[in-house]
Amino acid sequence: MKARGKAIKYGDNVDTDVIIPARYLNTSEPEELADHCMEDLDPGFRTRVSKGDIIVAGKNFGCGSSREHAPIAIKASGISCVIAETFARIFYRNTINIGLPILECQEAAKEIEDGDDISVDFESGVIENLTSGKKYDAVAFPQFMRQLIAADGLIGYIRERVAGEAGEKQG
Amino acid sequence: MGMTMTQKILARHAGLESVKPGELVMVKVDMVLGNDITTPVAVKEFRKIGAKRVFDVNRIAIVPDHFTPNKDIKSAEQVKFIRDFAREMGIVNFFDVGQMGVEHALLPEKGLVVPGDVVIGADSHTCTYGALGAFSTGVGSTDMAAAMATGEAWFKVPEAIKFVLKGKPSRWVSGKDVILHIIGKIGVDGALYKSMEFCGEGVKELSVDDRFTIANMAVEAGAKNGIFPVDEKTLEYVKNHSQKPWEVFSADEDAGYAEVYEIDLSSIKPTVAFPHLPENTRTIDEAGDVKIHQVVIGSCTNGRLEDLKIAAKILKGRKVHPDVRCIIIPATQKIWKQAMEEGLFHIFIDAGAVVSTPTCGPCLGGYMGILASGERAVATTNRNFVGRMGHPESEVYLASPAVAAASAVAGRIASPDEIQQGR
Ligand code: SF4
Repeated sequence: MKARGKAIKYGDNVDTDVIIPARYLNTSEPEELADHCMEDLDPGFRTRVSKGDIIVAGKNFGCGSSREHAPIAIKASGISCVIAETFARIFYRNTINIGLPILECQEAAKEIEDGDDISVDFESGVIENLTSGKKYDAVAFPQFMRQLIAADGLIGYIRERVAGEAGEKQG
Repeated sequence: MGMTMTQKILARHAGLESVKPGELVMVKVDMVLGNDITTPVAVKEFRKIGAKRVFDVNRIAIVPDHFTPNKDIKSAEQVKFIRDFAREMGIVNFFDVGQMGVEHALLPEKGLVVPGDVVIGADSHTCTYGALGAFSTGVGSTDMAAAMATGEAWFKVPEAIKFVLKGKPSRWVSGKDVILHIIGKIGVDGALYKSMEFCGEGVKELSVDDRFTIANMAVEAGAKNGIFPVDEKTLEYVKNHSQKPWEVFSADEDAGYAEVYEIDLSSIKPTVAFPHLPENTRTIDEAGDVKIHQVVIGSCTNGRLEDLKIAAKILKGRKVHPDVRCIIIPATQKIWKQAMEEGLFHIFIDAGAVVSTPTCGPCLGGYMGILASGERAVATTNRNFVGRMGHPESEVYLASPAVAAASAVAGRIASPDEIQQGR
């Protein structure tokens, strides 16, 4: 699996309140959430994002509220991947659970500039900046998380288990 | 090497003798929590699993508290959706308007969390219950859905940072000042992925309410959980609130910690977090002249009875500054009733404050006190991010109930001492 798109760059501590402000949380429809994604930090985000684009940010991306609406809004905006120096922990698990790929890579997060053309190979964890020609190795996911991603997130993983148990009972 | 308190609780719930930091474990959960924002997403995911029932009708708590009593049609639809789900599944702990309160004040009060429990909640401040010696942490809606079906959740076993508390806090210094002081010191990612374990002689100087406030804001330092040892005060609280059996875990002598901090409670001053991060702390004497327009006293951080009593002590016989709207929100129905019975509402209303029914309301910029552009609020809540309480160009200053009440009187950020001395 690969992603390719232009980098949209942000700083440290991008919190879930600016990713999707609470005033829009009276819905959980992905398209409606995407309409307001990043609104309080970057009002131009909606118009400049194109499908496949990659958010590149600093430390502690996704800190604050546990709202899954935040990764859902980012995913529904067409973002294919988020690269950051570090992620806040609830955001991290939410992205794995909903299937939005993320990568931690300090060097890449620091050096990639807004608008650079970026490609990411999720299997190898290699990030390539096609604008500068530089390559980076990101931290790969542990086995268990790769299983979750392979099962299309946590729900797919649990569904397989629930179906398995029902089968056992019948048989 | 020995285990930390958190590691021991996780090992027990994973059915393992021991666990190590970094290990991925599946654990059984004692309670699964959701609110009116996160539960609708969880219910949709739960349906996708294809499970017919929830794992245990007694071990799920659903608390519509963010936009309730419902502020608009969309939020009413969301609550209707989860109310229908709770009825269909026979979920016992569904707390509707009339029973409800801000979730993290409500669950311990209802006796749903006891020492040694593992609690997950689709709300980041689920870490609050660490005050009672439980492992509790915020997760997303998908995790909530999976746990409602299976009674389990996956975790990476965290490392811990140890905070050794000593000394006694001085007058007007509360749990809020302690945690703001710590976040100011270690930063909003200072405990990222880790546990914050509090220990030391100073713990006994903190009330259970103080401990709830401190554990509540562990997530503001990026932590997975915050946890306190179980002592007499904890057990007294638990006996007064719960029928559930509990188990006391304590850290091994030789447990490993990533870092150790010593915190002298007696040296902490009333502390305020300036916009737009909880780590931007200043002591009250460094705050300068900051004019304010609103004060909010409430939330899962500081909406408990002790908080309201402190605010009343300062507001008694005084008036809220004419340029300030002062909004007081008892966190639960029970706290509301106690505050009423103790006569606190007379004090608040005579001072020119308003008292609201329990709700998260303004804490997350929902309703009941939204800020216009350029407005500033002192709030006893836990986050001061851009736009958190309203317009992206408004500002939130986080403080204790004492500082918030004093600021309401002064019309600017002020110390309780200053108000009491009539300056
Ligand atoms: S009071 Fe504020 S921080 Fe606490 S649960 Fe409600 S919205 Fe979240």
